[in-house]
Amino acid sequence: MSEFFTKYFPNIWNLREDILISTYETIYMVVVTSSFSVLFGILLGVVLVATDRGGILENKLVYSVLEKIINLFRSIPFIILIAVVVPLTRLITGTSIGMNAAIVPLVIGIVPFYARQIQNALVEVDPGIVEAAQSMGSGPIEIIFRVYLKEGLTGIIRASSVTIINLIGLTTMAGAIGSGGLGSLAINKGYNRFQSDITLVATILILILVFVCQFIGDYFTKKSTH
Amino acid sequence: MITLSNIQVTFETGSQSVTAVRDVSLHVDAGDVYGIVGYSGAGKSTLVRVINLLQRPTAGTVEVNGRDLLALQPKELRSARKKIGMIFQHFNLMNSRTIYDNVDYPLKSSKLSKTERDRKVKQLLELVGLSDKLNAYPSQLSGGQKQRVAIARALANDPEILLCDEATSALDPKTTLSILELLKKLNQTLGLTIVIITHEMQVVKEICNKVAVMEAGRIVEQGDIVSIFSRPQNTLTRDFINTATHIDQTLEKLTLHPSLVHLKDNDMLCKISYIGDSTSEPVISELTARYRVKTNILFANVEILQQTPIGNLIVVLSGSPGDLEEALLYLQAAQVDVETIDSRLLEDRKVGEPV
Ligand SMILES: Nc1ncnc2c1ncn2[C@@H]1O[C@H](COP(=O)(O)OP(=O)(O)OP(=O)(O)O)[C@@H](O)[C@H]1O
Ligand SMILES: [Mg+2]
Repeated sequence: MSEFFTKYFPNIWNLREDILISTYETIYMVVVTSSFSVLFGILLGVVLVATDRGGILENKLVYSVLEKIINLFRSIPFIILIAVVVPLTRLITGTSIGMNAAIVPLVIGIVPFYARQIQNALVEVDPGIVEAAQSMGSGPIEIIFRVYLKEGLTGIIRASSVTIINLIGLTTMAGAIGSGGLGSLAINKGYNRFQSDITLVATILILILVFVCQFIGDYFTKKSTH
Repeated sequence: MITLSNIQVTFETGSQSVTAVRDVSLHVDAGDVYGIVGYSGAGKSTLVRVINLLQRPTAGTVEVNGRDLLALQPKELRSARKKIGMIFQHFNLMNSRTIYDNVDYPLKSSKLSKTERDRKVKQLLELVGLSDKLNAYPSQLSGGQKQRVAIARALANDPEILLCDEATSALDPKTTLSILELLKKLNQTLGLTIVIITHEMQVVKEICNKVAVMEAGRIVEQGDIVSIFSRPQNTLTRDFINTATHIDQTLEKLTLHPSLVHLKDNDMLCKISYIGDSTSEPVISELTARYRVKTNILFANVEILQQTPIGNLIVVLSGSPGDLEEALLYLQAAQVDVETIDSRLLEDRKVGEPV
């Protein structure tokens, strides 16, 4: 086994520890960023739907301000966003490099996207069902938790899986500020040092991560559909 | 039970405003099955949604069970809504919940214990005849079954009032009847006050004791069903009734095939209507015996509304002008309405039509 590797993929065998660490780093960034994003993204998505015209807590001001901020952040290219939020990153994590530092721009970069996805998912919830809940005496909080988040679950899962796949892409870009992870590995050890087998293996590992997320997403989507 | 006074609802959509309900006043007594009929866009849904304030009126007052709903705080309004059930045309069940959980939904915020809730849900599903579907999802049910679940859910908090917005419009005639039967049973056994929105007079005829007819946001006629059906004042009301009693369809057929009528000079094509006791009087035979007026019945329909028979006939009366005149006077005295149908309409067609 090791002979096969040392013969055809010499760098991979030498850097096998780096590869493992990078994979761990990518997974770490995805998991931690996702946890924050689920919280903020669903919160913002729910606020958008609730304050929209005809929503259960219709509020033009809140809606339009929120929408503008989200659109603004969505139009900043991620690589630039990383640089722009450096002061904030330092403030929160005390450093501007490493995978913990990368989580700040990652969250800021993915939450607006996710919030929109959640909004789209929740808009799909039949307004008739919301009206039925209102007619049964449900208040706004009850409707959010017991109607929107429950009836919209399939859409939320789908949105989450799309978002995580996007997020995996962003973590590789965060490699630019030395975040570590498979993106850094592919650029620093693969591309820059002409070790194309490292680039290849990083790509394959990222693809595997994407497929796994897709698979898990599809599984839960199916499970939540009745 | 329900008193709406001078209700006005205006929607502002961008630059223009639409007034969906104009100055509507309405009173529903406890135990009524109150029908509101009107064509699409008449404002029926908007009006019924005012009753539980899903739609706040632009002007007017809403009193339900002696309480001014517009004066309630949000929390009080929510508890008032629990006593006003509502069902919808498209059922609006929660697709991610089982039938059991759908009915349990409104009970979760009640003070009942878990076992009490369980008993209540099963009892409600038993009431609507769906005890065997506890664990099914809405997507596995037929339209009629879904509406039964919706009814069970609407009754969960023991409401005194049930609002039905086109509750049978998505169902076939047979299923419609079975749902109406269920509603009738609930009205009789639980004393449930029911408000039914529909565009079919057939539905009103089946279960309502009172009816209001809506057109362009206004109520153009309202009253108890027997007097509305027997003596409709408004043209729209007459339209609805004629459709429900198939008079319109018959007249249309006669217009298309005038040869069926064989009208001769002096013949009169009439619509004869009578209510209640006049039915038993052998009016038709009397016409022949006493006035030598021959009666050819083209169409007859008798409805029993609230135990009162209402008859509608389309007949051709033939006889001499003098006899006809006397016969008409006799009918008038016997409290039978006679409406002459303009037979020229039929003859005009006769000219152009190949016989
Ligand atoms: N939310 C709204 N915003 C603007 N206009 C509305 C709104 N709801 C209803 N309308 C308008 O009010 C009028 C009455 O609508 P409504 O739904 O009450 O009619 P309806 O009698 O129930 O008709 P249908 O039989 O088709 O259900 C229509 O012209 C409709 O376009
Ligand atoms: Mg309607």
